[in-house]
Amino acid sequence: MVRNGLWLLLMLCAVASVLASCVIGPWNIDMQDVATAVGGALGLMDASALPDAVRAVVVDLRLARAVLALGVGAALAMAGATFQAVLQNPLADPFTLGVSAGAALGATLVIGLGVRLEELGALAGLAPYLAGLSLSALPLAALLGGLSTLAAVLLLGRRAGSLSRETLVLAGVVVSSVLAACITLVKAVHEEAVGAMVFWIMGSLQGRGWGHVALFLPFFVVGGLILARYARELDLLALGEEQAMLLGVDAPRIRLLLLCGATMVTAAAVAVSGIIGFVGLVAPHAFRLWLKPRSRSLLAASALGGGVLLVWSDVLARTLLATDTGGMELPVGVVTALLGGPFFCMLLGRGPVRRPA
Amino acid sequence: MIRCQGFACGHHGPHGLHGAQGAQGRPVLQGLDMHLRKGELVAVLGPNGSGKSTLLKAMAGLLAPQAGTMLLDGAPVHRLPPAVRARRVACLPQQLEAPPGCTVRDLVLMGRHPYTSFWSGLSRRDREAAVDAMLQADVLHLADREALRLSGGELQRACIARTLCQQTPLVLLDEPTASLDLAHKAALLQVLQQRHAAGVTVVCVLHDINLAALYFHRLLFLKQGRLVLDGPPQQVLRQSALEFVYETPLVVMEHPLLGLPQVALAPGDVPAALRTLVPAGRHH
Repeated sequence: MVRNGLWLLLMLCAVASVLASCVIGPWNIDMQDVATAVGGALGLMDASALPDAVRAVVVDLRLARAVLALGVGAALAMAGATFQAVLQNPLADPFTLGVSAGAALGATLVIGLGVRLEELGALAGLAPYLAGLSLSALPLAALLGGLSTLAAVLLLGRRAGSLSRETLVLAGVVVSSVLAACITLVKAVHEEAVGAMVFWIMGSLQGRGWGHVALFLPFFVVGGLILARYARELDLLALGEEQAMLLGVDAPRIRLLLLCGATMVTAAAVAVSGIIGFVGLVAPHAFRLWLKPRSRSLLAASALGGGVLLVWSDVLARTLLATDTGGMELPVGVVTALLGGPFFCMLLGRGPVRRPA
Repeated sequence: MIRCQGFACGHHGPHGLHGAQGAQGRPVLQGLDMHLRKGELVAVLGPNGSGKSTLLKAMAGLLAPQAGTMLLDGAPVHRLPPAVRARRVACLPQQLEAPPGCTVRDLVLMGRHPYTSFWSGLSRRDREAAVDAMLQADVLHLADREALRLSGGELQRACIARTLCQQTPLVLLDEPTASLDLAHKAALLQVLQQRHAAGVTVVCVLHDINLAALYFHRLLFLKQGRLVLDGPPQQVLRQSALEFVYETPLVVMEHPLLGLPQVALAPGDVPAALRTLVPAGRHH
């Protein structure tokens, strides 16, 4: 079947992309060594013949980063597909309801506070302990920020009389702008940490390792399971609240659950990688043109597609400006926008962008 | 099957969205007392805005009562969990929607959703039920067409198929014949009669009194949110009563073949005395 072929192709593409991205980098390591090192890490092959340095670069640096890119891309694409369907708005993306702004505020607060604590800690000789704290506190604060933003948006939407899609989007815009002002305030107060904050907000996978994967994974798995569990109900929600109720879907409860699940994976992604735009917008639309609007398949395909897109964007981000002596890295969000923009224009040119179903 | 006592409700439902504010609005239905027995074939009629659709939504459990009760087999219908309710009541709403890219088959299979679980998905029985329903609603030849590209009548038939596909003991239909041609109207009403013969309770909102008189055993007339007439066609279709309900001059005659009452407009300049006459030669 064409369908199964597509799935196989997407999965192969994801695995191949992760492996290929381990080959590319300033230090030339050939495919053979990469395969051996990865195989060794998975316990499938004997990698003891490889130099430790090669193994460390491949497994701890490149593989960890590629796996995280795959996960973050998948999370953003799934959240995008869900937000587009729940809000029935083709322009919705994971950040429409202000989740990104909330997560960014949480992160900037921790970065700002972390700097202060480090200064204090250095005086008291507690620096190593506090450095560890700020690494694990950052994703948690971003996650909390994202979730509490969703709560605020929902409360605001409810106060406005009805939890309609338009009210939700409007509430999201309002909350986002208030949060943006708060971020600016935090930046102004913690001037010395502005660099770190801006770099974090721009979105990057630089220096991320297995520790970040471990932080990201639980939230991604829980949120992803919620989305997968209720994906089929998304198709019925497209009929409108009333008809969905008549067909046995507890529409308000499931909409809320889906919004929470999507927020959770988004917040997890933002927590480990900052704000990476365009993946959540482009990936679902790319597959919506090919797949029938069955939300479950769309969700799975967007996840794989978004993951692959981010893996390659990250490869470009770290190689485009790289020189033999190191060079600099582009923020990966810039690459996704530069890749995604023209692609989106191409999709628009091929035909009307389908309204999410 | 359905029993309601002193039932009153407004436009807005119990389900979060509109919250408490809606429930305090002006009631659309008031002081409704009625009892629908299992296997009845009932038509709901009345002028625009008399509360027909609201009554249907209340029976489907979408609206919470402001006063009184609406019981389905003894349980308040708006309290039932949606998934349980959807296996007991199917309802065709007046406003029909089709998501983009969705084929007629997809649309009809949505009627099987109450029977699927996360793990089982759609079984062969579900697919057979959908084909059966599409056959009855005469949309099987459209099964793989995109629902958005159908004509109004075809979409209505597709949605009727979805409602039939739910295979519930109570079927509620809000103006199912609105955009159907004569042949499909007759075909649909025959399908409903078959369901009725199989023990299904059918409640149908209609505008066409003549159609209701030919096919339904019990007619309910609403006026300004109150139940004003209730009974078999021969009993309730009387000129004075109908003129009171619709506030317009009418004439009641007999169907030439079946002898059932039929109603026609009597434009204003016909004297009332003439309109009361039943045409000669039609008496049995």
